[in-house]
Amino acid sequence: MEMSPAEWTAILLSLRVAAVATVVATPLGIALAWLLARRDFWGKAALDAAIHLPLVLPPVVTGYLLLLSFGRHGLVGGFLADHLGIVFAFRWTGAALACGVMSFPLLVRPIRLSIEAVDQRLEQASATLGAAPWQVFATVTLPLALPGILAGMVLGFAKAIGEFGATITFVSNIPGETQTISSAIYSLIQTPDGDTAALRLVVISIVIATSALIGSEWFARRATQRLHGN
Amino acid sequence: MLRVDVTKQLGEFSLSASFVSEGRVTGLFGASGAGKTSLINMIAGLLRPDRGVIAIDGETLDDTAARIHVPPHRRRIGYVFQDARLFPHLDVRQNLDYGRRMNHLTDDPAARTRVTEMLDIGHLLDRRPGKLSGGERQRVALGRALLSKPRLLLLDEPLGSLDEGRRAEILPYLIRLRDEANVPMVYVSHDAAEMRQLATQIVLLRGGQVTALGGVKVLTAG
Repeated sequence: MEMSPAEWTAILLSLRVAAVATVVATPLGIALAWLLARRDFWGKAALDAAIHLPLVLPPVVTGYLLLLSFGRHGLVGGFLADHLGIVFAFRWTGAALACGVMSFPLLVRPIRLSIEAVDQRLEQASATLGAAPWQVFATVTLPLALPGILAGMVLGFAKAIGEFGATITFVSNIPGETQTISSAIYSLIQTPDGDTAALRLVVISIVIATSALIGSEWFARRATQRLHGN
Repeated sequence: MLRVDVTKQLGEFSLSASFVSEGRVTGLFGASGAGKTSLINMIAGLLRPDRGVIAIDGETLDDTAARIHVPPHRRRIGYVFQDARLFPHLDVRQNLDYGRRMNHLTDDPAARTRVTEMLDIGHLLDRRPGKLSGGERQRVALGRALLSKPRLLLLDEPLGSLDEGRRAEILPYLIRLRDEANVPMVYVSHDAAEMRQLATQIVLLRGGQVTALGGVKVLTAG
């Protein structure tokens, strides 16, 4: 299987976009998962719905909303561009933002479940031994939830790699800048004689997605072992 | 000196307890459902009283009138739970060291040696809690609470989850703890025989109310 430089560019860009999206989204995901798992507050159901929205909205709608708000003339996008020099529209960073938003529900869910599975009686024991709430979180909740966090990151990463609709709507399909594996496949199958190249990228996609699922399963098993203290 | 004067409504159950104890081991005695665990959870700070005062050695930990509630991690009260609650992701050595790290205490190898010898857990240090027997787990939990250097130790039926043989195995350690550790204790149990062997002062609890106070002889009177 011989890859052309253009295909390599798309693969590496996809990996970079998905990695950045996952790394940036994870701390936020952990914070929100903890809130949803451990706290009751006004608007909790609305927050939960908002996190899951990208899962059920048509991706083109999410992409368009991102364009409206984070585009060069959008409210947030305009502010960030004028004051911080951060531009999302038609840049790879915009692709990372779109992928981060689209994969967020898949990232948060396993983290939330694993935090819910941490025995709160252990957190109480930790407090009676002198641990302040943040120390309870750092030394008991977080390590016991770690396999779930890694599983969430793996799933989020896999989803980000494959994201298409929101990305192409928000940042278009520019080779070398925003053309990920998915948009490259889309372009290739519209090109005469592009089938072979498209198939190569299809194989790459399947390999990445399968590895992610196997990895996620492995982390879930580790989680169970860890919680049983063996 | 431990002073408790609290009320707490828990669903249908109302708890109202008032006592002062100077004893080395205060025995909270009563049938299950008498409110023993809720009461020591309040002493530990895990449960907030609706009304009342909890003070230890003159320091107020709870005073609802003055809106004082010291959170559990600032109380320096050790707690040995019925179900041990060792941290499954840490080995025995790290479990024992946990309280010292959280309280930023300086390393005290002498205390560690004394406690591990007193409880015979020196050979377990590298194991995970999942590989310990019920009795071993409870001994490690005792050691973990002691090494956080508490000013009061709460024990909630530490023998409750063990079978007859294991109880007989742990009881001598508790007596040793009472005589050697030099930390006042509140011992919760519904077993009169255990109480007679361990407690120096008894608080009798029935249906959420204190019905008798005094030496171990109130066990026979009640």
